[in-house]
Amino acid sequence: MIEIEHVTKRYGETTVVDDVSMVIEPRTVTVIVGTSGSGKTTLLRMINRLVEPTSGTIKLDGTDNRSVPGHELRRSIGYAIQGNGLFPHRTVAQNIATVPALLGWDTGRINGRVDELLSLLQLDPAAFGPRYPHELSGGQQQRVGVARALAAEPNVLLMDEPFGALDPIIRTKAQEDLLAIQKRFGTTIILVTHDMEEAVHLGDRIAVMDAGRLIQYATPAEILARPANDFVETLIGASDRPFKLLSLGTVGAAVEPGQALGEGIRAEASQRDALAELLWSGRAAMPVTAKDGSALGRVTVEGLLKRAARPQ
Amino acid sequence: MKAWIPLLLRFCLLVLLIAFLTNPLWFEPLLKPLTQNGAPAIYNQGSLLSLALLHLRTVAIATVAAMVVAVALAILVTRPVGAEFLPLSRSLVNIGQTFPPVAVLALAVPAVGFGEKPTLIALFLYGLLPIFENTLTGLTTTPANIVEAARGAGMTGWQRLLKVELPLSVPVMLAGIRLSVVISLATATIGSTVAAKTLGEVIIAGLQSNNLAFVLQGGLIVAALAVLIYDALSALERMAARRMGQVAQAA
Ligand SMILES: Nc1ncnc2c1ncn2[C@@H]1O[C@H](COP(=O)(O)OP(=O)(O)OP(=O)(O)O)[C@@H](O)[C@H]1O
Ligand SMILES: [Mg+2]
Repeated sequence: MIEIEHVTKRYGETTVVDDVSMVIEPRTVTVIVGTSGSGKTTLLRMINRLVEPTSGTIKLDGTDNRSVPGHELRRSIGYAIQGNGLFPHRTVAQNIATVPALLGWDTGRINGRVDELLSLLQLDPAAFGPRYPHELSGGQQQRVGVARALAAEPNVLLMDEPFGALDPIIRTKAQEDLLAIQKRFGTTIILVTHDMEEAVHLGDRIAVMDAGRLIQYATPAEILARPANDFVETLIGASDRPFKLLSLGTVGAAVEPGQALGEGIRAEASQRDALAELLWSGRAAMPVTAKDGSALGRVTVEGLLKRAARPQ
Repeated sequence: MKAWIPLLLRFCLLVLLIAFLTNPLWFEPLLKPLTQNGAPAIYNQGSLLSLALLHLRTVAIATVAAMVVAVALAILVTRPVGAEFLPLSRSLVNIGQTFPPVAVLALAVPAVGFGEKPTLIALFLYGLLPIFENTLTGLTTTPANIVEAARGAGMTGWQRLLKVELPLSVPVMLAGIRLSVVISLATATIGSTVAAKTLGEVIIAGLQSNNLAFVLQGGLIVAALAVLIYDALSALERMAARRMGQVAQAA
């Protein structure tokens, strides 16, 4: 659990982070969104003390993060820096091994972990391990940045726009990979992004920042349904709010009894995908199947439309 | 031009240099026309090879000493504790560079006597500036993002210096060392005016006996050494830079 209590950061006269308080539950993904310069990076960096707050405290599992020396704290917290920041004079494998090496892991364990992480992020260890960062594409570099942050199996992972340089297809894939990693290791992730779509997709909770203030901190559904002010509403983009809302739920949750003809959809797919498929194929309903292929019922346009309406 | 031609030229120069140092008499017919009244065409007051090796030794000792001091100083003034010494060390190092080596020799002889020592002092002082300035540039221009990543990974100040800042500064530092070495190679010749065993001895002997052949062979050996060492260090520098994905700086 991370408790941020009345944290303020000032540089001279300007207040960059203004009295922010929030509690981040363990093993959840919290996404910080906001416009450029709203203080997202600064807030993130106060958690691992790359930036010292002007006032306020941050507690990790109940202990003040100032109770251990800064560099030791940072070895225990994964950090994927904005724009990857890989060491250009070290190979991909050496980059990923940075924190484990600082912690004094033995070589066998380090190598095993590096290979595991590269495979996890869809990079062939034999091909990519010995390369230098400049021999990688921007997207591959970002994935190595994420692998480096995860290397020492941290309980907390801070990520600053980790998927900024990725094309939409790789980006979706990287998001899936991240969620899989998060589930597998139970990591608490705090991720900064500009992209509301990404925030809704990844976040258990979303923190919206504007000019250093925390405007709203709530679940995606709550933020979509009840934006705290006009700024949040603009950020969501009122025009596709219903679709974002649908993207939060699975088809399984919208199943109705009955039958339908034609191509079916899996229960784990999002309701948004189901609606899109129905509209595109000009049908009013389609069958829903479970993982094992058995029929569960059907989804209907009518039913989905009801779910797309603002929750009461 | 094809890439191997300069390489071939340098190789020929190296072979020629070694041949000349080990068997100077082979070249006697070439230098004979430069002498008068049957004077010897090849330096005959000592072995050219051992003079060349002593010359290199003097330069090597002075450069290593300048390197240690200049790099240590650059590290000190780029740490928070030493930041206030930056202007002071800059001026000190600059004085070392602007003070003429001949004057350093003249001042050093009464203090440390004749021989290699005054030459080492002069070369050391003269070689500090390029190494210091370049190391400083290297250490202060490490991309902020990379330094922050190192901090974020939990490196201490020393670990950042040793694992990130210094390695990334290597190409620029090498450029400074190369400059310093080349300056020292040429400057070391004047050490022979205070009895240091360097190739300057050959040139001075030529000047004293009005023997152009001596002057020329002394000068050519120094020049050939300088060219070869300059090129070797440039190649090293490019290798280091390429490894880091930096564009190799023009030599
Ligand atoms: N070291 C510093 N000194 C002075 N001002 C700073 C410093 N670091 C950040 N700021 C200012 O604080 C504000 C917030 O910066 P921050 O990096 O937290 O923004 P951000 O929300 O991450 O923006 P972006 O989305 O562009 O990355 C900016 O106006 C920035 O100029
Ligand atoms: Mg930022």
